[in-house]
Amino acid sequence: MSETSGQPDGRDPLGRDTIPKFFAYNAQHRRDRPAMREKALGIWQAWSWGEVDARVRDLAGGLAALGLKRGDKVTIIGDNRPELYWAMAASQSLGAIPVPVYQDSVADEIQYVIEHAEARFAVVENQEQVDKLLSILDRLPMLEIIAYSDPRGLRHYGQPFLRNLADVTKQGAAYNAAHPGFIDAEIARGSGNDLAIICYTSGTTGRPKGVMLSHDNVVRSANLAVAFDKLNENDQVLAYLPMAWVGDNFLSYVESAVTGFCMNCPESADTVLQDLREVGPTYFFAPPRIWENLLTTVMIRMEDASAIKRRMFHFFIGLARRAGRNILEGKPVALTDRLLYALGEILVYGPLKNVLGLSRLRLAYTAGEAIGPDIFDFFRALGINLKQLYGQTECTVYLCMHTDTDVIPDTVGPPAPGVELRIDEKTGEVLFRSPGVFVGYYKNDAATAETKTADGWVHTGDAGVFTDNGHLRIIDRAKDVGRLTDGALFAPKYVENKLKFFPHIKEAVAFGDGRDHVAAFINIDLAAVGSWAERNGLSYTSYADLAGRPEVYALIRGCIEQVNRDLSSDSSMTASQIKRFLVLHKELDADDGELTRTRKVRRSTIAERYGALIEALYSGQPSIAVEAKITFEDGRTGTFKANLKVDEATTYSTMRKAG
Amino acid sequence: MSAPEKNIGDILLKVENISLSFGGVKALTDISFEIREREILAIIGPNGAGKSSMLNCINGFYHPQQGTITYRGEKRKQMRPHEAAKQGIARTFQNIALFKGMSTLDNIMTGRLLKMKSGLFTSAIYKGPAEREQIEHREFCERIIDFLEIEAIRKVPVGRLPYGLQKRVELARALAAEPTLLLLDEPMAGMNLEEKQDMCRFILDVNDEFGTTICLIEHDMGVVMDISDRVVVLDYGRKIGDGIPDEVKSSQAVIDAYLGVQH
Repeated sequence: MSETSGQPDGRDPLGRDTIPKFFAYNAQHRRDRPAMREKALGIWQAWSWGEVDARVRDLAGGLAALGLKRGDKVTIIGDNRPELYWAMAASQSLGAIPVPVYQDSVADEIQYVIEHAEARFAVVENQEQVDKLLSILDRLPMLEIIAYSDPRGLRHYGQPFLRNLADVTKQGAAYNAAHPGFIDAEIARGSGNDLAIICYTSGTTGRPKGVMLSHDNVVRSANLAVAFDKLNENDQVLAYLPMAWVGDNFLSYVESAVTGFCMNCPESADTVLQDLREVGPTYFFAPPRIWENLLTTVMIRMEDASAIKRRMFHFFIGLARRAGRNILEGKPVALTDRLLYALGEILVYGPLKNVLGLSRLRLAYTAGEAIGPDIFDFFRALGINLKQLYGQTECTVYLCMHTDTDVIPDTVGPPAPGVELRIDEKTGEVLFRSPGVFVGYYKNDAATAETKTADGWVHTGDAGVFTDNGHLRIIDRAKDVGRLTDGALFAPKYVENKLKFFPHIKEAVAFGDGRDHVAAFINIDLAAVGSWAERNGLSYTSYADLAGRPEVYALIRGCIEQVNRDLSSDSSMTASQIKRFLVLHKELDADDGELTRTRKVRRSTIAERYGALIEALYSGQPSIAVEAKITFEDGRTGTFKANLKVDEATTYSTMRKAG
Repeated sequence: MSAPEKNIGDILLKVENISLSFGGVKALTDISFEIREREILAIIGPNGAGKSSMLNCINGFYHPQQGTITYRGEKRKQMRPHEAAKQGIARTFQNIALFKGMSTLDNIMTGRLLKMKSGLFTSAIYKGPAEREQIEHREFCERIIDFLEIEAIRKVPVGRLPYGLQKRVELARALAAEPTLLLLDEPMAGMNLEEKQDMCRFILDVNDEFGTTICLIEHDMGVVMDISDRVVVLDYGRKIGDGIPDEVKSSQAVIDAYLGVQH
């Protein structure tokens, strides 16, 4: 679209510097085009830009009548509902700042955010959220109004500060009629420096921090991203990720306002995959676990298919894995493969994409965690333009994105337009400067100063390296990155992720900081290795027995050597090849404090508990006796004795990649 | 938040001196109680106490040899279940009785059967009145689907659903008939704690939102004491208790029936 492209700094050529100005523009120029859809009573309902704008204005009038003023905070809690997006737009129209909160937060978490943000208004979805707020009301003296969009179950709630959003909208229409020009004047008063939103980061460490983003941040970032991916008003997105996450806010709400495309709200959280199929988005973002789910569903369903279908599927998927990516990226492909692929499109790929709801997909992103190369390749092989994106709340979503033709599964792409990246030489941490750099952490200057240096560079907290072709590869959290004795960079999570992509390996812990080589603990996946043992006629009595089998060691050694080969192809990572490893006799468990509840490895606990094993990895001894304390499910404890073998894996010297 | 005092109305259904026997087995002996408008009445009792038989009498499936049932001020003669349904009595079953091969939506639509007016001929033509009627009923069913939060399984054959969801579909079908009196036979049997909590919430919401009178049989005492306005206790076909949950809980006869007494 000519109206958004062109400016290298992302400034809007038409001078629209706040989101409400885009809404007003769309209402004028796209009056009858669909802006939002939601499935209600089984039927998709659409609102045009004209209708959305009218609702937002009425709602803004209603909020103003209730006393909402410029600079006030409005907390928004609920699933992705058009009413809640309208409340967000209405607040922004008045110069108030929406503060979305994760809808599954418990009352205490909500209390912290409302208290910290000093929100005077809350707009929530339903009774569930109202009940949560009422349970903490006595601790929230600043909260004046709670408005809800779904009145079910709330009929008997008599509190004077509770309002039905529909009533607020109605009063707003009357208010606007009595004050003509009020909303327009308020929108015109807004400027790019005003805050657009405060997103509280989920806070894996300590209390959540409120990231302040200005209208300038979101508008300029959106303009650049829209031009980069050539998004336009004909695109369709599914707004299904939490509203409190900056990604949904940006990819659904902001980009929709900027380009005028239509965002679709799913019927409920459980129906997302069905809604995906009905909507058929052209632009879709999903974290790795969703792609993984889609792939697993396909594979399981294919197992139950008839023999002919199954063979056809495997033949054409094999072909796609060989030729699909090259066809997608416009690289040379043998004519026979090209013809077969076209046939496969009719017989397998087309129907498969249709079932998944990906037929119209033109652009797809994944981000958040490392995605298995197998999964990533599968979708690209089908001709789906799946790419990686890297970013965080502090930079307004993105820093790096793959371009359509240059995609490498284990990188996150080159720096996006408008983004400057550099890697701190001492720590390996990724630093950035971009139009999306956040204003600061709300009421937390200390944290802001720590993250944002005086010359405008922002610390991501992630360690990364640039690959030879200019892509960024994120390897670990910066604080976990260490160095081998020869000075080479060592990122444990990068190595562990590579290992965990093998189905036989459930968990891996890599060591190497301050050592002369890398060594690892491996946890086998009982289900996968168990069924492998069954197929190979290997009998075993227990997890520990299976884990100690020489055949299993050989299996794991194979995986490790493949990882080593992989690492050797990359000059910056070749030193991280695993020399020695052992297969643990027990599963790492959150109950024993070895993992966090979200299944992240607790390095300090493991280093302490398995100190002797780590020494064995480095001392060169062939085996070590262990005695472990185990906590049973009923809370009793017992001890376990075994002799663990330490095995060696082949390492490879650096190879240059062919081509 | 507790709802304000509920507005419990007049007697909706009155059971007087009902006795029912199968051959020599006396299932119910001289039972009398009443169900008031908008209340939630629980019938409890040990196994074989006659609870399901009582529901079957109310809904016209069994015909008691003695006694009368007065529904909405009218003494009922011998009545068949479909006549009871026409009068606004709907029920769910202890062992789920859905059409396993049909989708959730179709199952719920069967609950609208008695409300449909198009005959064979207009239905066969479909266009016009039958289509309009279909749309109207579908909308009603969709409201129930929304209410019970089963959107995700709208098109799934019920045979493939887990037990807890099947129970919910059965409740949905009963609600589709827009009942005045809803009979629930062990709505929470075999459910886990979370499913039970959901079901409790739905029962309370139905009662509150639609003003439906509910008579339920349930074994989980926690549930019964929490959600019912009144409890009737049966043992060996006789009524041994009747009152608000707290009274019933402390009644010696009830405690004896549940825990057993030394003779």
